[in-house]
Amino acid sequence: MVDARLAGPAAARSWSPVLPLRVATMLALLVIWEAVARSGLVFEGVVPSLVAIGGALADLLTSANFYWNLELTAIEVAVSLALGASAGIVVGLVLGARPFAGKAFEPYVHYLAPTPKIVFLPILLVLFGVGPGSKIAMGALSCFFPMVLSVASGVRQVDPVLLRVGRSFNLSILQTVRKIYLPALVAPIATGLRLGSGVAIIGCLLAEIKMSNRGLGFLVMQYYSQFRIPYMYAALLVAFIIAAGGNAVIARYLRLPGK
Amino acid sequence: MSKALSISSGSPGSNALAPKLPPGAAGLITLAALLALWQAADALGLVSPLIAPAPSDIAASFPALISDEGLLQRFVQTFFEALISAGLAVIVGTPIGWWLHAKRWAGRAYETWVASFAAAPLVLLYPLFLVFFGRNIGTIIVMSFLTALPSVILKTKEGLDSVRRVLIDVGRSLRMPPAKLFWKIMLPASVPTLCTGVRLALVYALISVVGIEFLINFGGLGELIDDLAERWEIPMMYGAISFVVLTSICFFFLTERIERWLMRG
Repeated sequence: MVDARLAGPAAARSWSPVLPLRVATMLALLVIWEAVARSGLVFEGVVPSLVAIGGALADLLTSANFYWNLELTAIEVAVSLALGASAGIVVGLVLGARPFAGKAFEPYVHYLAPTPKIVFLPILLVLFGVGPGSKIAMGALSCFFPMVLSVASGVRQVDPVLLRVGRSFNLSILQTVRKIYLPALVAPIATGLRLGSGVAIIGCLLAEIKMSNRGLGFLVMQYYSQFRIPYMYAALLVAFIIAAGGNAVIARYLRLPGK
Repeated sequence: MSKALSISSGSPGSNALAPKLPPGAAGLITLAALLALWQAADALGLVSPLIAPAPSDIAASFPALISDEGLLQRFVQTFFEALISAGLAVIVGTPIGWWLHAKRWAGRAYETWVASFAAAPLVLLYPLFLVFFGRNIGTIIVMSFLTALPSVILKTKEGLDSVRRVLIDVGRSLRMPPAKLFWKIMLPASVPTLCTGVRLALVYALISVVGIEFLINFGGLGELIDDLAERWEIPMMYGAISFVVLTSICFFFLTERIERWLMRG
């Protein structure tokens, strides 16, 4: 129970092996996985060796079928992001700019935001069918909430002086939005887009995993039902990297407007 | 009422009637109006009851949901699954958070990993957990535990990191051994942040439990929704979804209030 801060300045100055530690931890995890896979303690189908997963990944990345499925998922995510983010920006502008509307309706958005959106999937399937429509709706619904909350909060931080200047120039509502709100909201919109894109990707993929006949999520479930477990791991790895990596890439590139 | 009137400063003379209404009441009235519109659209045949049943039909399905589908028992099951997952996250996450705080090299090496793990779309890996644990409560608990774990670890570390230096110095001047220093000073001083961690763990666990139950068609409320959808019991399906949404809202609201109350205490 030694507090790091009690160790003294000498300890703070000492060499800290962070990078080697991370590399060693990663290697240890991979070695443990491979040892378990080869030990025979666990059914090989459940924990396939890293070599098998690597081979499956190489097969997957060189197959036309993978890109055919990936293409649909990418389209679904892009359309859902466009729809959900646009709706989120409009609603966020209204809730942020009108204190009365904000107080009246924002609590609903605030408390609906963390509810598990996946439970709405049956309704979306009934409304839009099992095709890409329900996946797009799922993604749009998922990314709508972070965008609304981010934009509404951003609008409240717009300098009131700018709004008064706008009123003194008799700007219309549309002009106020275009000339004052939108330029001031680049950073909140970027934040909403970053958070929203992550949940939109997850929403689309989950909807595909649950019920679909094409897409990356469908591919995962197809491999699962055929018990081609190394391929399932490979497809999951790709889906996971796209979902997590997409978020990181957007975070990196959308940081610019905030600066 | 005076607060509501402040809207007029933003848009002079724009609306003479709306500011007289408290915002909360306006929200409720709008909600009621939307439900009435939905009901009217159904009655006029503009919306198919097979796609969007009337709100009155959804409300009428609740007695059957409770008596035939065991809504309340399923609620209890989901709630306890979330409680067990969050409890495990607290039991495992608190010592890890302390370790990351106490060993500075560990904190520097692994804190960003834990933060990345918190943001990772773990739910996508549910087919993998199905392979490991099968379609049973094990998958639900383990996945929800892993979803709730990072918030406990990060908040524990944050809480312990933020203990004021002067308190630690007082403990040292009293020659407290490290264990006593931890239990008597550091832990009590970091309780508010730890409470936030526990609340987040409960919230994430509940979201995860309902989601996984739905995805693997096993367990409490999530399975009920999936079952009703497969049986095309549309009004009951809408009823169950409304119940989940309302329960989630009440849960988030209550945990937030309890946390605020504890903070004040």
